[in-house]
Amino acid sequence: MTTFTPSTSAEVLDAVQWAVSEEAPLEVLGHGTKRGIGRPAQSEHALDLSRLSGVTLYEPEELVLSARAGTPLAEIEALLAEHGQELAFEPMDYAPLLGGEADGGRKSGTIGGVLAANLAGPRRIKAGAARDHILGVHAVSGRGEAFKSGGRVVKNVTGYDLSKAMAGSWGTLAVVTDLTFKVLPAAQTEVTFALRGLTEEAAASAMALAMGSSGEVAGAAHLPESVTGRVIDGALKGKGSTLFRLEGFGPSVAYRFDGLVRLLGEYGVVERIEEPQSRLLWSEIRDCMPFADGTRRPVWRVSMAPMAAHGMVMALRMEAAVDAFYDWQGGLVWLRMEADPEVEAVRRLLAQFGGGHATLVRAAPAIRAAVPVFQPQPPALAALSARLKEQFDPNGILNPGRMAAT
Amino acid sequence: MTGLIMPKPDAATIARRDEIVADMRIIVPGEGVVDAENSMRAFESDGLTAYRQLPLVVVLPETTAQVARILKYCSDRAIRVVPRGSGTSLSGGALPLEDAVLLVMSRFNRILDIDYANRTVTAQPGVTNLGITNAVQHEGFYYAPDPSSQIACSIGGNVAENSGGVHCLKYGLTANNVLGIEMVLMNGEVVRLGGKHLDAEGYDLLGIMTGSEGLLGVVTEVTVRILKKPETARAVLLGFPTSEQGGQCVADIIGAGIIPGGMEMMDRPAIHAAEDFLDAGYPLDVEALLIVELDGPAAEVDHLIGEVEAIALKNGSTTCRISTSEEERLIFWAGRKAAFPAVGRISPDYYCMDGTIPRKELPKVLSGMRELSEKYGLRVANVFHAGDGNLHPLILYDANKPGELDKAEQFGADILRLCVKVGGVLTGEHGVGVEKRDLMTEMFGKADLDQQIRVKCAFDPDHLLNPGKVFPQLHRCAELGRMHIHRGQVAFPDIPRF
Repeated sequence: MTTFTPSTSAEVLDAVQWAVSEEAPLEVLGHGTKRGIGRPAQSEHALDLSRLSGVTLYEPEELVLSARAGTPLAEIEALLAEHGQELAFEPMDYAPLLGGEADGGRKSGTIGGVLAANLAGPRRIKAGAARDHILGVHAVSGRGEAFKSGGRVVKNVTGYDLSKAMAGSWGTLAVVTDLTFKVLPAAQTEVTFALRGLTEEAAASAMALAMGSSGEVAGAAHLPESVTGRVIDGALKGKGSTLFRLEGFGPSVAYRFDGLVRLLGEYGVVERIEEPQSRLLWSEIRDCMPFADGTRRPVWRVSMAPMAAHGMVMALRMEAAVDAFYDWQGGLVWLRMEADPEVEAVRRLLAQFGGGHATLVRAAPAIRAAVPVFQPQPPALAALSARLKEQFDPNGILNPGRMAAT
Repeated sequence: MTGLIMPKPDAATIARRDEIVADMRIIVPGEGVVDAENSMRAFESDGLTAYRQLPLVVVLPETTAQVARILKYCSDRAIRVVPRGSGTSLSGGALPLEDAVLLVMSRFNRILDIDYANRTVTAQPGVTNLGITNAVQHEGFYYAPDPSSQIACSIGGNVAENSGGVHCLKYGLTANNVLGIEMVLMNGEVVRLGGKHLDAEGYDLLGIMTGSEGLLGVVTEVTVRILKKPETARAVLLGFPTSEQGGQCVADIIGAGIIPGGMEMMDRPAIHAAEDFLDAGYPLDVEALLIVELDGPAAEVDHLIGEVEAIALKNGSTTCRISTSEEERLIFWAGRKAAFPAVGRISPDYYCMDGTIPRKELPKVLSGMRELSEKYGLRVANVFHAGDGNLHPLILYDANKPGELDKAEQFGADILRLCVKVGGVLTGEHGVGVEKRDLMTEMFGKADLDQQIRVKCAFDPDHLLNPGKVFPQLHRCAELGRMHIHRGQVAFPDIPRF
């Protein structure tokens, strides 16, 4: 077992070419904060990109930042914050949920990992995910060939968007060495509008009304009674909380808050959560902190039509012991199971409630080796995905078996 | 480009035309097959009218099952297929081939589902871009990407081209607003990507499909995100003595943390052409005109208008007018939106380019363009999506003068080379098509293009779908896939390890 620690893209190319020639699969790693997601690694050797680090270009006025794949996300976020900017898609940090295997949980992941896992946060409903902000990449394919795609400008339709193909590919297509992202101004202020005591059904309808208003809501979540006490130091303990984040210039936020009071005031008791509590609240929702309990109890991340989510969860509760909360207006459901992952029930009910996909993001390795962690695809789509993998990595050198059994 | 070389027509397919037409009539009964030459004329080119070619036959299917049968039929017989939406492409993406079935999706014209609670519309691909907004605007919703052809262009074509518009910086391109599609692969298989949920599952095939210019699959259904219309929108009209000052103003607005709904710039020739065409009240004594539109809640827009005004004055703007009514806002925009026809009036023909550059390079690119304009002896007018760096130089020429189209195309190619040189790209929103196909090597090396073609191989291994577009040369998939493994012959890499 060898772990390569390249510090240049040329060294990455060397390592992959060697692995190709030896038919020796590589586990591709950044900080390893998401190593527990997917089927357990079946690779003899590892390619650790954490030394391939550094911001190589940042032009705030051009809204563009380039960095090497192993650059810590925390470093990039700190640099952007100095200039009042951010990655608008608000990448989540999986380390608390998964136990932060790397460096005692001190590392929050790399920018390469952000793209490989197509991370997003509560602002997903307004600003999209990593895939919506990536402008260009340099990468080494599983064939051992260096290639680039995209560029450094926002508007670009020159050739296929292979940068997006890297998003959510979990390192199975190519080793991305350099990334260029669009960055955006960070909001000056934020406040959270909270409704207390809503049923999940009422919360869904309130969230739909808010998202369908011109209030520019940048976060819509519902924490049922069993979950709401587990954020911001228990400040929301008690009745379920339906939460809306408003961001922007001060006068605009105040105006929109009043608009939400008019729109939703009759749904329940209105509360107002100011900074810095509001920021902490949304970062905890983002990182799935209510289920970051230090256990390996199975956690699902379910992506589905927002209005169908509460129905699916209620049906699941009839069959299994499950704790749930909702982000993205309900479009993202986090489920924590008591013991058994209930794979069959989760996926059957998901299909019954309009479809989407369910990923078993936390489970013991033995379970992850035995059940499909990622949503199984219909045959034609699965075959197309397999052909795509083969075109990038014909010999299965990169993270083989992580997304689908080989 | 006038020397455009398309894939060699397959004589055997052309010889079997009658049989193919008859078989198409079995798959698509009724009026859905057009084979008379005079009727096929309507389809011989798209928005890039310099290139024309009659197809083998035109087929207008109505159902996904028909599309699947057509593609399977063609796949089995190695017949090429060119998909077409409304035919508004400016890059020749829907240019027919002599030996190819032209698959026209215009009869897929129904909206299938409107879901306000999930904020989605599901439509067939032939529905126009504006048709989606029209279907939901009575509830105060709209579909954000708004290419200037939005009255005519189809949503399926928007997916194929990853279309933009003037509101991209704030609201994103097609790729950021499409949630799901149903598509048919060249082998006739039907696959669905995404849906009403936000993240697509598995590999981001939806991301690859968006902007793939009809080379990977035929879209038969599209689900898009709709948004509530902003409460208000107001525009500021700013004039600057130099393009540098205008450019700096754009940079400072963004530097102040403001992302306008739209931010458009015009240079002197474009300003004059627009003003001559319709009286928009543009200042004629400036080198750069900037229209900044702020949208959102009234309180926010009023706040930001003040900030933009201050930034403009600091950058030496000599004209600063703020719209005080919806009517006035539309007048500010009227000149910009009419820029193409306005230029069309001062010149017999014009050729519209579409590069994107890092915004800060604008003065350099504009001065480079002036030099090229002198070199080629052709005038050029510029409109610019200033927020996102997407430049539309309009090259003025006369197609009736021998050699002038050639010159215009060479001028255009030089402009795009200049865009790439300063860190930009060949096309921001119009697509590569046939127009920029042979310039792809200016931006991409062999390994870059080979990997793109390999993606094509995963979808369409025999290169039957829309060949001759996007890629200068399509290598055979078997050749591209070949790999020689030399076990033990590559040295253990000399890089740090533990």
